[in-house]
Amino acid sequence: MQFQKTTSPYLHNNQSVSHVMRQVIYALIPGTLVYSYFFGWSIILNIALACLTALLSEALMLTLRKRPLAFYLRDNSAILSAWLLALALPSLSPWWLIVIATLFAIVVAKHLYGGLGYNPFNPAMVGYVVVMISFPQHMTLWLQPNAGLDFSQALQFLIQGELNSSINMDSITSATPIDTIKTGLSLNNTIAEISASPLFGHIGGTAWEWIAGAFLLGGLWLLYRGIINWQIPFSMLVSIAILAGIFYLVDPQQYSNPLFQLFSGGTILAAFFIATDPVSASTTATGRLIYAAGIGVLTFIIRTWGGYPDGIAFAVLLMNMAVPTIDYYTQPRVFGAPGK
Amino acid sequence: MMQTKQNLFRFHGGLHLPGHKEISTAHAIGNVFIPSRLVLPLQQHIGESSEAIVNEGDQVLKGQIIAKANGYVSVPLHAPTSGTVTQIIEQPVPHPSGLSATCIIIKPDHKDQWIELQETADYRHMDPSALRNRIRDAGIVGLGGAGFPAFIKLNPGARTAIDELIINAAECEPYISCDDMLMRERAVDVIEGARIMKHALQARRCLIGIEDNKPEACAALTEALTKLGYNDIEIISIPTIYPAGGEKQLIKVLTGKESPSHGLPLDIGVVCQNVATAAAVYQAVIHNRPLISRIVTLTGRGINNPGNHELLIGTPVNEWVEHCGGYDESIERLVMGGPMMGFNLGTDNIPVIKTSNCILALGQGEFSVSSSNPMPCIRCGACMDVCPAKLLPQQLYWQAYARDFDKIQDYNLFDCIECGCCSYVCPSHIPLVQYYRFAKTEIWAQERDKTKSDHARIRHEFRLERLEREKLEREERMRKKKAALKTGKDKATKEKKKDAIEAALARVREKQKQSDIQAKNIDNLSAEQQHKIDEIDARRKHEQDNSTS
Repeated sequence: MQFQKTTSPYLHNNQSVSHVMRQVIYALIPGTLVYSYFFGWSIILNIALACLTALLSEALMLTLRKRPLAFYLRDNSAILSAWLLALALPSLSPWWLIVIATLFAIVVAKHLYGGLGYNPFNPAMVGYVVVMISFPQHMTLWLQPNAGLDFSQALQFLIQGELNSSINMDSITSATPIDTIKTGLSLNNTIAEISASPLFGHIGGTAWEWIAGAFLLGGLWLLYRGIINWQIPFSMLVSIAILAGIFYLVDPQQYSNPLFQLFSGGTILAAFFIATDPVSASTTATGRLIYAAGIGVLTFIIRTWGGYPDGIAFAVLLMNMAVPTIDYYTQPRVFGAPGK
Repeated sequence: MMQTKQNLFRFHGGLHLPGHKEISTAHAIGNVFIPSRLVLPLQQHIGESSEAIVNEGDQVLKGQIIAKANGYVSVPLHAPTSGTVTQIIEQPVPHPSGLSATCIIIKPDHKDQWIELQETADYRHMDPSALRNRIRDAGIVGLGGAGFPAFIKLNPGARTAIDELIINAAECEPYISCDDMLMRERAVDVIEGARIMKHALQARRCLIGIEDNKPEACAALTEALTKLGYNDIEIISIPTIYPAGGEKQLIKVLTGKESPSHGLPLDIGVVCQNVATAAAVYQAVIHNRPLISRIVTLTGRGINNPGNHELLIGTPVNEWVEHCGGYDESIERLVMGGPMMGFNLGTDNIPVIKTSNCILALGQGEFSVSSSNPMPCIRCGACMDVCPAKLLPQQLYWQAYARDFDKIQDYNLFDCIECGCCSYVCPSHIPLVQYYRFAKTEIWAQERDKTKSDHARIRHEFRLERLEREKLEREERMRKKKAALKTGKDKATKEKKKDAIEAALARVREKQKQSDIQAKNIDNLSAEQQHKIDEIDARRKHEQDNSTS
């Protein structure tokens, strides 16, 4: 009797890239729902538009690169990148801002570098930084929590980039808590004075702390499922907490407390979902600790002294650059090698 | 001694795999059956292949040596039953490449008549080297799969004593249960065999490491140990984590010691032998029976009646499967060995050899490697997390992919034990192990080529050197000769020389005359011919005189 030949192993745990990506997307859902509970339909619309753009541009690039279309579109990686990007962009973004950011993420940061698995930079963060640098004035329109925008109004802003003149923009938008602190400090107010604003909640910003909590939940579930490793979120959060803690102890009037740093802005989202992007992160255990600590430190530095409201995107991209070097110097000791 | 509580250690990575052992452990070990023919490859072990000492048409008895060891790293081969050597030809053998090799074919006469066995001696009074010889002469090789001649591992070399002799009873690969069944049914053989090897090595301790998914086997061993009243062997139950049965991994789990990356367990005072090898050693030393059969697992959903059987070495797989009730129609792949490290058989018309532990017929749904194209590597590092050698499998993959065979060795390619854990977890379904095997083969080929060209270069350089030397010597001789001619006008020397030559010539002529054997073509010469010869001789003499004067 004759049989077909292949090489061992003949077993597989049936994990797949598409499955991994899908799990990450599932883990984003609670945070996304809480986000849109506080800020309305805009969030959902932004994500939908980004995902649509991502799928179309991915399909286009795959066609141009003569790659099997259905095979790669099913891997869910484009949707995940787009989803993360949409979460990072301001809640009130015009359609073209989202489209440009997504196109840049998928076309340039991903496919021009060789597609899935070959991009040295986190595509979502590249897309974010491009629009952040190119259109800074459009990156400031954040809705106030419970601003009360309905679906048609959200859609209207997305399409036209403005609302009916009957609505006063100032009454529905506000700076983010991190930005508020930055502006407040530059006006020589103390943290205590700034935090008296209704924008601030128990530990982070009003609403933002709940959103961060929901993302934390999703992140912990990913950890539990073994989809992400513990080193990156742990190291990033700890490094921010330690730095923030030191400065807070030195001068609590000038520096916000560590918990605020962790639960505002995109810290939690970045620690569990963005810095953990396997393609652009370090791959060794020690390397991941160093890589994520670098992101934490840079984020804190840019937030506190830099010119941008939140430094996560820059911190991630800067550390992406350092990955090959980190990986090279953090190879584990091979079993049986000297120097145990 | 009862099951010892002992501090166990962990090796990095590994997998919890579904065992599927129960498929083949429901029935007792099946009895030997004699197939219609036995196919015995001369190479069933690592090292030099054995050398056939029988000819086609010879009658052989069970246990008779039919091929002798050929060099140190080699063992003899015995006839598994009595019969006739019908052919010595190339046959397909169990090998990943599906290649053919020289085999001795025996047609059994079904009398199963033993050769006269030697007297057995008490091994405790035997010298370790005599014990080793007996184990070698019984043709015993590592029965765990590698097939390294067992007696070599029992030679500690410069070391006077070994710290630990480890009996590998982990049997960590899914599906395989031949060692499990061996321990359940022949625990005494295992224990006695282990003690013999402990004696041969003068080992301080002897540990039997057995995965905790085999409680019956563990209990059987413990019971045998108690019954025999020995207290110098420790049976240790270890957690079931694939590949705990890897030699280096098992040593780490039991002792905490790590075999050096480019060395042997012997370097850290440990020797590891498979549990079935121990049983074979017992048979060889106590009953003087050579290795002519072994227990093999036949399992998988593609088999109608899975189970374990004691098989004569050389039994063709197809006859065995037929004997057991054939294949299920759902069969997809036939594997020799386990599903993680075994290799695919293209045909079942191959023999079971000394190192065959399992024939696995993977049925529908068991073969879970996707046949579709692999995705690109997303650098998730899942492979790294499970690698028991603590390698960076994805880096190895990139280097193999790029065919950078220097760099891949910087990433310690040769520490890879090909356990398959990385491929098992890869979400991109990249056949990682296949890349490493490819890279290893390429490097070996390159090295062979390099050795070859080095040899050629050295030979060439040596030849040039020799030619140069000869030229110089010739010139030196010529120079001396010329110098001698110029300065050697001394008459006395010349006379002396001439006398010496004369004397030598006279001696030669004398000898020629005395010699009663004369060249044929100068017998019975005619007068004319004789005259010619005389003439030539005279001319020669004349010339000689001229030249010497």
